[in-house]
This record gives sequence, structure tokens and C-alpha cells, in this order.
Amino acid sequence: MASAVNLVADFRLHRSSGFDLELSISISAGETVALLGPNGAGKSTAVAALAGLLPIDSGRIVLGEVTLDNPQVGSFVPAHQREIGVLFQDGLLFPHLSVLENVAFGLRRRGVQPEEARLRTKDWLRRMGLEGLERRRPRHLSGGEAQRVALARALVTEPKLLLLDEPLSALDVTTRTQLRRTLAEHLEGFPGPRLLITHDPTEAFLLADRVHVIEDGMVTQAGTAEDIRLRPRTRYAADLAGANLVSGTAAGGTVDTGRHTIHIADTEIKGDVLLVIRPAAIALYPHQPEGSPRNSWLTSIALIEELGDRTRVLTEAPLPLAAEVTTDSARSLGLSPGTDIWLSIKATEIDVQAG
Amino acid sequence: MLVALGLLALAFFALPLIGLLARTPWSKLPEILSREIVRDAFRLSIVTSSLATVFAAILGVPLAWLLARAEFRGRGLIRGIVTLPLVLPPVVGGAALLFALGGRGVIGEPLNQATGLLLPFSTWGVVLANTFVAMPFLVITVEGALRSLDRRFEGAAATLGATPWSTLRRVTLPMISSSLLAGLILTWARALGEFGATITFAGNLAGRTQTLPLAVFVALESDREVAIALSLLMVAISLTVLLTLRDRWWRAL
Repeated sequence: MASAVNLVADFRLHRSSGFDLELSISISAGETVALLGPNGAGKSTAVAALAGLLPIDSGRIVLGEVTLDNPQVGSFVPAHQREIGVLFQDGLLFPHLSVLENVAFGLRRRGVQPEEARLRTKDWLRRMGLEGLERRRPRHLSGGEAQRVALARALVTEPKLLLLDEPLSALDVTTRTQLRRTLAEHLEGFPGPRLLITHDPTEAFLLADRVHVIEDGMVTQAGTAEDIRLRPRTRYAADLAGANLVSGTAAGGTVDTGRHTIHIADTEIKGDVLLVIRPAAIALYPHQPEGSPRNSWLTSIALIEELGDRTRVLTEAPLPLAAEVTTDSARSLGLSPGTDIWLSIKATEIDVQAG
Repeated sequence: MLVALGLLALAFFALPLIGLLARTPWSKLPEILSREIVRDAFRLSIVTSSLATVFAAILGVPLAWLLARAEFRGRGLIRGIVTLPLVLPPVVGGAALLFALGGRGVIGEPLNQATGLLLPFSTWGVVLANTFVAMPFLVITVEGALRSLDRRFEGAAATLGATPWSTLRRVTLPMISSSLLAGLILTWARALGEFGATITFAGNLAGRTQTLPLAVFVALESDREVAIALSLLMVAISLTVLLTLRDRWWRAL
């Protein structure tokens, strides 16, 4: 097994296109950190720098005892000599090679003898539930199968660091949920540091221990998923990452969250689910709302944060949720911490995902 | 009107072929094709154009890679120089080769003094002239394919431990194999038909530098039936190549 090492990356990188990336991140062995940001925020550049495909301009990247890149002392380990496994967005399986050859590629390039490479490859294909597909070409695989082959290819060489670059983005919703579980399972078994690159907050929150929000080449917020979800510091974080995630068990159009029962529009879904509730979908009232909407309860305000023309309101028991209202209406409602408030959510505004 | 003009164009291409077939001495064909001068020219043509294709592959692929991948000033000028043999009259190309690599040439003279090697009027001279004229086809085809290849695959190969050389051999070239094959076949076909640069630089010596096109040229003066038989042979080879490629090279280009 690869020995457990830490990743310390603290660097600046200037692209010829004029884009600058400044990243400071450290990941312990066995820890998953997500780099969450919109397209064009510099996520792919970060992957390229860590993988050794782009040299950094200043700073350093150190994996365990090995300095991978430090221009100040003139050290640079080229990509092919770094022990880093990368899972790319669309898999990037080599189209001219079979599944077996794709997975064995890294082992063979690193000098493993053909017979041993074949055995190790077969072992990983079995672990990924890909037996019988050894001779297939990538174009004859489904999206989920292809991504599992790509994951096997990244893990079979037992790298010291695992980079997951938008691993689920190219997949359809059903496959995404399945592969997310596979991924969670294999991340668990991977001893080194893991970096997940994603623009999907749900993915980041479900798979990562800590999240770095990256915007315009800079980390704008770092913390636990909970920190970012409940106290987003930027507009982007509030809009995309600031969603409420509530897990529970669904049956007959209601979800038991353990603390409160929430009504949902989907009456068919059963079992473990994840509810995604956008803060803007939560309405606040000084009195009990008329027409008694089904998801409505009295709570009190824990925290109020102004983010420009919008204000986030953190509510307390029975179910802590973040709501977002315009700053104008927050003022007219006279909101302040500790005051009681009525909250309501339309069932149709709740996004239900299989958990 | 359009149809009529189209048919006229078709006739324009087909008539010479029909003329050739009409004048072909079919009964004497096996005997003519087995003559020594024909067999020598055929063998020489196949050997020299195949060698030229090998050289074009060894030198042209790295050049195409440089043009497609390296960042440097004056790339436009270099691409111009590389494609020049496509538009230059081959005679001019042959003359230029003579000034550079001939016995009195800029490079040819010191080369001759140092090693005794004299390229003009030798079979190697034919190969050189062929390579000069035909290599641009390979460079242009391969460069285009390299440009349209998703470079992230090469990055993926690198993260899997493949050295740049290994990446080129095991990922890049296999992924552009159809363009590479098309480029090689076009190069070979162009070398096979090469006339002007060859006769200028390598002369017209039977058995040593007289390739099929040169033999056709000579036979037109001496023995028309031989000329026709040789021409027919070249038509057959060219058609075979085109049918092998079919629409492949249009897609590859």
C-alpha cells in the first residue's frame, strides 16, 4: 500500500491567457478536501499544477517528503514521475485500448511486468464490478462503466495522492448517484490525501470533509461543509453552496428527518433521501402564514448576515435551516437574532434526491 | 446547364483514360511488362518511393509535432517552407537540391570530400528527391490531426507514468493512426509519381535512377507501346491507392 502522506500546496500560477491562480491548501492522509467553484474559477488549472502538467510560478507543492514543484529552489518533478492518480471529468479512457489495457497502462508504464499488471488490473476490475468488460473498447461502455474503469485506472497504481476532477459531471442523474456511492466507498479505502474538484455543492458536501470555495483564481472561503452551507461568505457561495441539505427517510410524500417531518411533492419515492432546499425557497413571516402551507413552523432566528442586497437568516429548532430574503424585506420584517419567526417552504420547491 | 458542364468535366477526366485503354496493345502486354527495362523501372520506383516514405515518416512526424505543439515565433514562415514543395515546380526543387547537395553544392561538396558520397545521379538521389517533394503531404496531414487531437489524453497518459516519448508512441500516434496512414499513403503515391525533381537531381539512368515516370517519358520517344504499358501500370497502382483510401483521407485532412 502507498504510505500515508500529506499534501501541502501553496502556490501562484500565471496563465498566458492572463489568468492567475493563487491556491493554498493542505490535505492530511485519509482526508478529502473539495475545491468547489464555478467554471473558469481555476479548478482545472489547480489540477494541472498538482498533477505536474503545468509548472507553478512561485510557492511550492510538497507531497509527503517529496517536493514536487518549487521554482525557488529549481525543483520540478514531471507529471510522469509523480505518484498521483487522476480521475478526469469524462474519464479520458484511451479509445484505442481495451478496458484491460487502459487500466494496466499506468502499471506497465511504471515498469510492472505484464503478468503482474494483468493480475492487479483484473483485481481492480473485479472490485469495481467490471468483470467481463476486459476486452471492451471505451466507446462500447456506458458513462458509469467508463468512469468506473477510469477510477480503477487511477487507483491501480496505488498513488500517494488522488485528484478527482469533476468525476461525476458528465453523467446522468441516476448514474451520478450510483457512482457517487462507489466513489465514497473507494475514497474511504484510499490511504492518502484526496482532492475533489467540483462545481456541484451537493457532491462536495457529500464526499468531502472540508471544502475550499474557489472563485476567480482565489480561495474565498475554506471550512467544513457545514460552515460553508450555513455561513457562506460570498455571493457565489450563498447562491450555489448555501443550499440546505437535509437527509431523511421518505414514504408517501413525507420525509422523516428525525427532528421534523417535511412534505414533498414526490409521493412515489421511498427510502433514504436527501432534500436540497435553496435558502431563497424559504419564506419568512412575522405571523403564522395564511392558507396554512403544509411545511410551515414557528422557529427563532439564530444569526443574520447581510450579503449586499440579500440577507441570510439562520433559523433554529426544530430544523435549523438557512433562509434568504432581500435585505429590504429583512429590514421591514425587523429581523434580529433571538426573535421568533414563521417559516414556510413550498413542497414543489424542495429538490429530492436518492440519498 | 449545370449537369451538362458537370458531364463535360467528367469527360475531360475520363477521355484520356479511355484513350490510353483504347491504344493498349492488350495481347502484347504481358511480354512488354516482363521486359527488363520495365521491371527495373517498376522495382526502382517501388523501392525509392517506399524508402522516401520511411524517411518522411522518421523526419516528418517530429516536424509535424513541432509545428502543432511547440510555441515559437516564425511558425508561419516554417510552415511556408515545409509546404513550398507542394506548389514549387518539381524541376525547381530538383535544381535547388542540386545547388545544395550536388558535387559542387553548399553541403554536397564538403560531404563528398569528407565521405566520398555523391548523391546526384544515384539511387539515393532519387530517394532524396522523392522525400523532398512528397514529405509535405505527411507533415500537413499529421499536423492537422495532432491539432484536432484532444491534448488532455496526453496529460492523462503523463499522470499514469508515461514519459513524453512513451506518450507519443502509445497514445498520440495510435489516436491519429488513420490520419497517419492516409498521410503515408499520399506520400508514397506522390513519391511514386515524382518526375521533375528526380530527373533534375538524379538524372535518367536505367536501372539506377530511371523510375516508372521517367521510363514513360523515354519510351514515348522510342517505343509507344512500352510507354502505354508503363502508363497503364501507373494508372493501376494509383487507382488501387485511391480505392484503398476511399473517403478516408478527405476525413483525415
